[in-house]
Amino acid sequence: MSSEVKAVTGRGIPLIGNDIDTDRIIPARFLRCVTFDGLGEQAFADDRTQTKGEHPFDQPQYQGANILVVNGNFGCGSSREHAPQALSKWGIQAIVGESFAEIFFGNCVVMGIPCVTASAEIVGQLQTILKNNPQTSITLDLDAMQVHCGDTLAPVFMGEGSRQTLMTGTWDSCGQLIAQIDQVQATARQLPYMDWATRVA
Amino acid sequence: MSALTLFDKVWDFHTVGTLPSGQTQLFIGLHLIHEVTSPQAFAMLRERGLDVLFPERTVATVDHIVPTENQARPFADVLAEEMMQSLEKSCKDYGIRFYNVGSGNQGIVHVIAPEQGLTQPGMTVACGDSHTSTHGAFGAIAFGIGTSQVRDVLASQTLALSKLKVRKIEVNGKLPPGVYAKDVILHIIRILGVKGGVGYAYEFAGTTFEQMSMEERMTVCNMSIEGGARCGYINPDSVTFEYLKGRDFAPKGEDWDKAVEWWTSIRSEEDAVYDDVITFDATEIAPTVTWGITPGQGIAVDEAIPTTDTLPESEKAIAIEAYSYMHLTPGAPIQGTKVDVCFIGSCTNGRISDLREAAKFAQGKRIAQGVKAFVVPGSERVKQQAEAEGLDKIFVDAGFEWREAGCSMCLAMNPDKLQGSQLSASSSNRNFKGRQGSSTGRTLLMSPAMVVAAAIKGEVADVRELMLQEAVL
Ligand code: SF4
Repeated sequence: MSSEVKAVTGRGIPLIGNDIDTDRIIPARFLRCVTFDGLGEQAFADDRTQTKGEHPFDQPQYQGANILVVNGNFGCGSSREHAPQALSKWGIQAIVGESFAEIFFGNCVVMGIPCVTASAEIVGQLQTILKNNPQTSITLDLDAMQVHCGDTLAPVFMGEGSRQTLMTGTWDSCGQLIAQIDQVQATARQLPYMDWATRVA
Repeated sequence: MSALTLFDKVWDFHTVGTLPSGQTQLFIGLHLIHEVTSPQAFAMLRERGLDVLFPERTVATVDHIVPTENQARPFADVLAEEMMQSLEKSCKDYGIRFYNVGSGNQGIVHVIAPEQGLTQPGMTVACGDSHTSTHGAFGAIAFGIGTSQVRDVLASQTLALSKLKVRKIEVNGKLPPGVYAKDVILHIIRILGVKGGVGYAYEFAGTTFEQMSMEERMTVCNMSIEGGARCGYINPDSVTFEYLKGRDFAPKGEDWDKAVEWWTSIRSEEDAVYDDVITFDATEIAPTVTWGITPGQGIAVDEAIPTTDTLPESEKAIAIEAYSYMHLTPGAPIQGTKVDVCFIGSCTNGRISDLREAAKFAQGKRIAQGVKAFVVPGSERVKQQAEAEGLDKIFVDAGFEWREAGCSMCLAMNPDKLQGSQLSASSSNRNFKGRQGSSTGRTLLMSPAMVVAAAIKGEVADVRELMLQEAVL
């Protein structure tokens, strides 16, 4: 049901700093919604206000960029899928970083957005290239597990399971999970607490 | 690779199979939902024409957007009202148990599930909320998930997950006076860092946790996620069983005996293998306060704010960002920092034992002039119990406001918010920039007792001094 994600090519946008949390990616007040539409404009709302046009998401040279390059522990904090949804609605299709918070990473993958890690040195190089030459083309190749940007060609990493779901177009897990309903029922029958619960209710 | 730990056993019990990607399809025993992260999940179900597979294994409540003062419907905030109606409709359409405001059972999702006995040892628990790790206090494996995964659980009662590594964090010894569960977890995160737990489940073991009540254990597990660990747990023991006995959804009669037997059997074995083991000494932990913009930026209340030259290279940039955001001076003591707002509540510290401990310090005292202080019970049941014990009166007499149950200013998706660059002493779990509703608002995390101490002095204070004064009087 979902499409294969084998490579993402386009332009990069550097966002420097460790521990950028989901409250910064999408402040809580924008979670008062029943759809994800419209979250794109609100990505990094408070950081953008405070940096008065100097935030990469506001800078003209990065408009239309689709690969975000970040540092360590990106997306820590809340489980809100609103965070990757906001990035995706803004135009981000892949993220390269030093490391990612677990839930954020999982949310991205299930939306078909690859998050790959690279060494601090490589991330630094990419960020410098994109700062100096924002128009440089950047490619994330999930088959070769490499990122290519200007003179930099470097290895990137991602858990094999997640990589497979992207490569084979099965990142939208729902279809696969419901295909196993019989086994799900069988597993449920073996759990002792299923029995107690029905007797209580 | 870990083996014979509770995590391994519970994982195996719930494994449905291996997906083509190599990920595990894991059955979810208890699914909790709230108004913020579920509307889009139900929309996805409707779009695909899917049903809820096990509606009886999902329980819903409202907490994040609920006002804690005027709860009359429709809510003044039209967006909040729309979210309420969306959840009400979905629960009705799909036959999901819903604890609405005024039901007597509403509250923060991580407070109500344990207090009703829904959370039990050996279960897998999932909720579209990162603090789902709280439920690990019962020896459950509890994950925070995103909205697409909420959809997956609704549709299939399972999740596609990769197995985590297991780190045992052992803390031994008796906590000194004035040091609480909150200080223990803030201390652990301070030492291991906010990303130290990425890829791990934390097993909290050792005599310190064994001596803790269930509510204290919940405080610890609640903040596992702040240390980067997606889940944290404590092996179930007699304290766990004692707590569960007689609760609404706890097994009864013969089932109870079978349950205790099963719960005992899933404990980590003596010869369990861990991916990592780290040990702490409880007697070395002090009342801890955060000074920065991540929960890892904590210090003992009698320490000075660290200067960059004392910090490892990787912590320097975020420290510099924190000094400027927090308007705090490196090298200056944290004690004596003026506070504007004092907040007691949240899924970390909004339970009855937290309110009892806070009330002990508030009794017969008066909050400092100019300070706004308020107490928000974690659930309607906590509120009712506190009122039965007269705690509300103690707080009100001391100058605190007494509110209705909800998440309140923990994340300020409701009318409770910081204004401008106000500084709050907060018993919640996150001090991120803008977390408490103002994009320049500042948060200092600490235990409820320390929040009361701050409220009384109007500045960050050492609760141990308050204890000494009491003893002298
Ligand atoms: S109290 Fe705070 S951390 Fe807990 S569920 Fe509510 S908003 Fe999240």
